Amino acid sequence: MNSADRATLTRLLLERGLEVSCRQDAAAPPGHDPSLAASVLVANFGGVRPPAPASGVRIVDSEGIDPASLAVAIEREADQSSGGAPAAWKPWFPVIDYSRCTNCMQCLSFCLFEVYGVSAESKIQVQHQSNCKTDCPACSRVCPEVAIMFPKYRHGPINGEEVKADDVRREAMKVDISALLGGDVYALLRDRSVKAKSRFSKERDDERALKERQSCLIALQRDLDVPAEVLAALPSPEEILAKVEAARVRALAASETASLDTKD
Amino acid sequence: MTTHAARILYCHCAFARVVPPEVKAAVLTGLSEADVEFDAVPDLCEMAARGDARLRELAADGPLKIAACYPRAVKWLFAAAGAELPERAVRVWNMRVEPAAAVIDGLLDRDGSAGDAPVAGRSL
Ligand code: SF4
Ligand code: SF4
Repeated sequence: MNSADRATLTRLLLERGLEVSCRQDAAAPPGHDPSLAASVLVANFGGVRPPAPASGVRIVDSEGIDPASLAVAIEREADQSSGGAPAAWKPWFPVIDYSRCTNCMQCLSFCLFEVYGVSAESKIQVQHQSNCKTDCPACSRVCPEVAIMFPKYRHGPINGEEVKADDVRREAMKVDISALLGGDVYALLRDRSVKAKSRFSKERDDERALKERQSCLIALQRDLDVPAEVLAALPSPEEILAKVEAARVRALAASETASLDTKD
Repeated sequence: MTTHAARILYCHCAFARVVPPEVKAAVLTGLSEADVEFDAVPDLCEMAARGDARLRELAADGPLKIAACYPRAVKWLFAAAGAELPERAVRVWNMRVEPAAAVIDGLLDRDGSAGDAPVAGRSL
């Protein structure tokens, strides 16, 4: 196969969600883990089918077949090996830069969709990637350390571009998130004093907090680039408050365990 | 077809248009024309979300040259899948911003960067 056809075939296979390894020795799988060996072997066998290799690897002979037809044949064989094509989920989810993260748990408190969780060591983690709302980068704006990336986002530093000092200033809390959440969650997390706790509970019951939340939703959409359909899909105010409470408890528990661990 | 000292990994960023299609096409063509061994994956983000074991295998398999996007994103995507990239042995070319020719030259060691400081690609 000439190089132009090989490039076309590789592109067509990638577009079908298939991984491609171009190898000199078709029989030699890349890497060392046999469980990760290729499921379909493609080569020009000159029309003479070689003996089937071990472990269920399927063979496609590229002799005289154009790249488009070859891609269809390979996809068919790959489907038979893997039991079907992967779901067409756009991989949109937060990726944490742990060299910047201070484990403050603000992302955990903020996210209403339980994308974040904590590890057994009380370290913030992205645990439910597919819960994340496609094209919504809002939690990255909440992070005071600019530690949250969405690699497929348009702009830096959220897309993974290096973080500059100016970014840290600019990205820091564009809206009053505490009002959105119906209480002073961050003060609570910071000092966890009795005073802060009573202020939180008062503000949660206050109708004013709900009004502020609504105006914050508009600000969120404008400033944080939250897609309208994400806002439209938000749960009811009651559900939000219940989720916020649950997230707040989780975040407090995690940050308390983390500070105990630090003291130990 | 030739083997390189460093394994070459190309990411096609299949689920978004953040990498210019013409850059992806030119890099794939360049790799095919050079007749080198390489691995190509549809979308590193998707593999990281699945915690794909292949990322751990790639990270553990010695020197690696990656054509994808921002090195900071690539590094932490691998980490999200439990695959720590060895910083000194990995270089990343960013197809979002670098011209295809610079990416190809770097992947194929034509930019004089095979030894010390990277010229086009970024060490992690
Ligand atoms: S908000 Fe940022 S710094 Fe805080 S835990 Fe989340 S990722 Fe880490
Ligand atoms: S790693 Fe970068 S280039 Fe690859 S799929 Fe993710 S955003 Fe796209």
